[in-house]
Amino acid sequence: MSQSRPQVKDKVLQVAGFQKEREMKGEPSKEELIHIYRVMLLTRLFDTKSLNMQRQGRIGFYVPCTGQEASQVGSAFALRRDDWTFPTYRDVGVALIRGASLRSLVAHLMGNSNDPMKGRQMPSHWGFRTINFASVASPIASHLPVAVGVAMAMKFKNEDKVVLAYHGDGATSSGDFHSAYNFAGVYKAPIVFICENNGWAISLPVQRQTASPTLSQKATAYGFEGVRVDGNDVLAVYRATAKAVDKARRGEGPTMIECLTYRLGPHSTSDDPTRYRSREEVEEWKRRDCIEIFRSFLKKEALLSDEEDSRIRKELEEELNSAIAEEEQAPRPAIESIFEDVYSSEPWNIREQFEEAKEDFSKRM
Amino acid sequence: MPTINLVQAVNQALREEMRRDERIVILGEDVGKDGGVFRATEGLYEEFGENRVIDTPLSESGIIGTAIGMAIYGLNPVPEIQFLDFIYPAFDQIVTNLAKLRYRSGGQYSCHLVVRAPYGGGIKGGHYHSQSSEAYFCHTAGLKVVIPATPYDTKGLLLSSIRDKDPVIFLEPKKIYRSVKEEVPEGEFTVPIGKAKLAREGSDVSIIAYGAMLHVALEAAETARKNGVDVEVLDLRTLIPLDIDAVLATVKKTGRVIIVHEAPKTGGFGAEIAALISEKAIEYLKGPIIRVAGYDTPFPYTLEEFYMPSVPRIMKAIDKLMQY
Repeated sequence: MSQSRPQVKDKVLQVAGFQKEREMKGEPSKEELIHIYRVMLLTRLFDTKSLNMQRQGRIGFYVPCTGQEASQVGSAFALRRDDWTFPTYRDVGVALIRGASLRSLVAHLMGNSNDPMKGRQMPSHWGFRTINFASVASPIASHLPVAVGVAMAMKFKNEDKVVLAYHGDGATSSGDFHSAYNFAGVYKAPIVFICENNGWAISLPVQRQTASPTLSQKATAYGFEGVRVDGNDVLAVYRATAKAVDKARRGEGPTMIECLTYRLGPHSTSDDPTRYRSREEVEEWKRRDCIEIFRSFLKKEALLSDEEDSRIRKELEEELNSAIAEEEQAPRPAIESIFEDVYSSEPWNIREQFEEAKEDFSKRM
Repeated sequence: MPTINLVQAVNQALREEMRRDERIVILGEDVGKDGGVFRATEGLYEEFGENRVIDTPLSESGIIGTAIGMAIYGLNPVPEIQFLDFIYPAFDQIVTNLAKLRYRSGGQYSCHLVVRAPYGGGIKGGHYHSQSSEAYFCHTAGLKVVIPATPYDTKGLLLSSIRDKDPVIFLEPKKIYRSVKEEVPEGEFTVPIGKAKLAREGSDVSIIAYGAMLHVALEAAETARKNGVDVEVLDLRTLIPLDIDAVLATVKKTGRVIIVHEAPKTGGFGAEIAALISEKAIEYLKGPIIRVAGYDTPFPYTLEEFYMPSVPRIMKAIDKLMQY
């Protein structure tokens, strides 16, 4: 079994009509297209670098997203600033297009004193309040009912904001997927689910995850629309999301968007994908690399020159290297950070344990 | 001052606080038009409407999960789980999200809400309408666990819980929902979280109890008095954070300790209390710390009165300690 090539109607980058369609309302400007490209490229560079840093023992763990940049960046680009995202651990592209700083991402991977998570979560478990990027937990799909709750609260307050909630193909088997989709449908919550169907949930292929011919058809049972897009076509993803987000904003309820894409790397740095999938399958998907497809399009449309492309890459690499160099200087979080933020104020037992730990800490540091 | 029962105290606290704070929403199964299977939310749907008293699909993970989202977004949800026995589908939401959100996000996000659930046996409910599973929640850092035993404390503690900044698991002793009545003032008052109450003073033996078991303990104390034993009874009211000072004070006073709870003995909250006493006050003890608890079996139906701690079982423990 393998993740087959997507059969979808809504292809943008491979068809000639894009130029004409770009005139439609809400299409990205030239500057925005370059911005999308930059963020996709930065996501890829960050991913490659992070994997390498883990191999070198500079960070403890990482969840790579190479191959899925179009699904992540294209979808989140459709949001307004005050909208919210509920990401998975794989969604670096979402964080970057929403404006997360490289320094904060790197600090989190290192779990140092600049880490917004204060070094409490393993790498790739992001959360950035300043960009309405919710905090990640490992149990799959556990964030989905919470995302629906935020959307219900937005509706309760009569705001016109929207939640974009991400999940993978594996999540569709979980109870929380069902709870979340059901509540979203019943209460017509202003939420759009982005299903990054990358073909594999660690070692389980999507065909073993479900007997449904598609994942998007699951939305039908919850009373809302499910659509399928080529997840490696950043503009197709953007377009489908923008439409769904507008619909949610108008109060017309949720949408599920199944982005057909592929995880080119391992599930995480603790995984060897050659144990469960063929080299041929990976090679086939590498030929459909979403960044290559978008780059070819931009060049064909004369929106990006070779020089500009190399200049962008060089800039991003420098930016990334300097963020890493700076964050590697930062110390570990202070010992008291273990004991803070459990409750709004410190109960006696935690205070007592902190006093004990201080002694232990001073001996071992 | 009107005399009301425990379930009326819940209702009154919710109604009064919902009038004061329009961020409060109630959600759960049958909490709206039906007023809740125990009538705890009766009349609230009519007064506050379907947006604030939300009848949900039959899905505990959905109820708690969406309530967490609402809390993150600034609402003040008070979800109801119909019976504590049904909370397990939401356990992941409680342990993974509710308890850890503030900590795991480095304090960027928090989600305060109150999960209300009736707990405990004595209503002929069998395995799935009788459990006392407070220990699971006490074992999860980030949660507060509150269990009132009287109408006054129910109202005062529920108001404190709704106004707290942390997630609170608020367990209501359903066996005494209607049987325990007392005068409770209308209007605003609170009972602080984390403070135990000396329900009866005594000098020979201390019984530490909470929830429905408080009343069994008080009955046992009264029986003991007739036998010339002076029993003190401490109502914990809050398990987390535990009022350790009150626990140690009574231990130091009597030197004889009995802990009573309905939950199974092994790994129950009584074990934690016993361990703390042994760590902090072992030199005051005149005998072993005795737990009178539910047995380490699932909760039985026909024979529930033998499963639950009773006056005779507590009396046996008192005799044992006095003769030690």
